[in-house]
This record gives sequence, C-alpha cells and structure tokens, in this order.
Amino acid sequence: MKCEELLAMLNEYVDGTVDPAVCEEFEKHMAGCNPCQVVVDNIRQTITLYKDGQPYAMPIQFRERMHDTLRKKWKEKHPGQ
Amino acid sequence: MTNQFTPETTDAELVRRAKAGDLDAFEALTSRHEQRVFGLAMRMLRQEHDAEDVTQQTFLSVLENLEGFRGEASFSTWVLRIASHAALKIIRKRKGLNTVSLDEATEPSDDLNSIPHPEFIADWRQSPELLVERNEVRRLLDDALTRLDEKHRLVFLLRDVEGLSIQETAAALDLSEANVKVRLLRARLQLREDLTRVLGDPAQQLIRTHHHHE
Repeated sequence: MKCEELLAMLNEYVDGTVDPAVCEEFEKHMAGCNPCQVVVDNIRQTITLYKDGQPYAMPIQFRERMHDTLRKKWKEKHPGQ
Repeated sequence: MTNQFTPETTDAELVRRAKAGDLDAFEALTSRHEQRVFGLAMRMLRQEHDAEDVTQQTFLSVLENLEGFRGEASFSTWVLRIASHAALKIIRKRKGLNTVSLDEATEPSDDLNSIPHPEFIADWRQSPELLVERNEVRRLLDDALTRLDEKHRLVFLLRDVEGLSIQETAAALDLSEANVKVRLLRARLQLREDLTRVLGDPAQQLIRTHHHHE
C-alpha cells in the first residue's frame, strides 16, 4: 500500500468500516511509515476534540420566546383546542 | 405538562401524538432537539442571533410540515436536515451581500484524486482530553471550521459532531454517499492540518521524504 492509497482509505479505517484484509494492509503500511501513523492519530484526535468540545448553550430567554411563538402558531393551526 | 413523557417515550411516539394534535408532545419534541439544532447553527454561523433564527425557523417548519413527515428518516435526521438548509440559506445570503461571484465552477473539485496531502505532520503536545478543557481551544476549533467551505463544514458537523451515519448525512443534504465521503475526508484532513499547525509539537515535526513509499 502506498501513502496515497492509505489516504483514500482513511475514513473507512478511522470509522472502523474498512474490510479486514485492507485493514491489515493499512496497519502494515503504518508500522513502517511514521508520518502516516501520525496523520491517522491526528485525525482521530481532531474528531475527538470536536465531538467532545464544549457545547453551545441556547440562551434561556430565547428558548422561552421561541416556545411562546411555537405555542401561538400551534393554536392558529389547531383552533378549538 | 411535558413531563408526562419519560425519556423512554420514543420520538416516533411523540411524533404520532403531535400529529394527532397533542401540543405537549410537540413541545417535548422541540425540547429534545432544540439544543442540538442551536449548537449546529452556532458552529455553522458563529452568531447567536442567526443561530436563534435558524433554530426558530427549524421548529416552525417542523410544526408546519409534521403531517407530511412519513418517518422514512429518523425525526432527528429530519430536523437536522431542515436546520442545515436554513443555515446554508443564511450563509448564501451573507455571501450574496459580500462577494461578487459564487458559481459552482469556483468551488473545489470533489474528486478523490485532488485530495490534498498532509503537510504539517507532528504529534500534538497535549491529549484531546486535556485540550477540551481549555477555553481558547473552542475558538481555535471554530476558526478552523470557519475556514472550511460550508458544504464540507456541514458534512463534518453532521457526521462527526452530530453522529449521523454517512447514509443519513447524504439524505439530510441531498448528496450522494460517495460525495459525502469525499467531503468528509477533505474536511477531516483540512481540520487536522489547521489544528496540527497550532497544537503540534514543532520539535516532533516529521518530513515526508517518500511520497511513493510502498
């Protein structure tokens, strides 16, 4: 496997959806290619950082306003309830 | 009262009740998904006011179109789909005001052969577990996201942050699965490059000497 081929398979490898034979090739390549090994590590860390990053909290006042608006619209759409 | 529903009540059940005219069920659905929609909108738009607009528009649209929701996709995928399109609309509007031309031809190709090679390769100085604790890191992450083309950004956010599958992401954005995969790869590589330039240890930088290494 060449570095380019590894790059093309990167998603499948990181997501664990690559087929076992290709996975073995992939790991054999990484064992002998430190830059590719580090790129794969970096990609995993990048995903983790975004996934586990601090969430944005919705402002409470906005939430109340939005729910008021939605209730009003709901009642227009479902009169007589 | 919305607390008549437990966490075990499925979205599908709430959708069924909301369609039958139950406002509490509709509000429970909104409460379940609003934070996610707001978070996605903030990461796409980086402006609280615009993110609020997207969130409200999304749930108004859910209210209007719930009857037509057939449940082929999960409710959460459907909601994220509506939110994604609302966010893109705002981005396009911003661009329309700020730039002259934005036709398809100026966009980068989604061909797998044109995937850029990693350039700055180095181990990071800290683990992601420690990095997420640092306040300046969020800004760094958001800056890197902003530098992505919005279509790559959306694919990355839906797949890697919101946890949709490739198939769900494709359905949400009206893209082919192959296209989602290429965009996801581009996004991941570009974010890796950007973050590694800041978080990587220069003393550990590796130079790729053999591009065609077997």
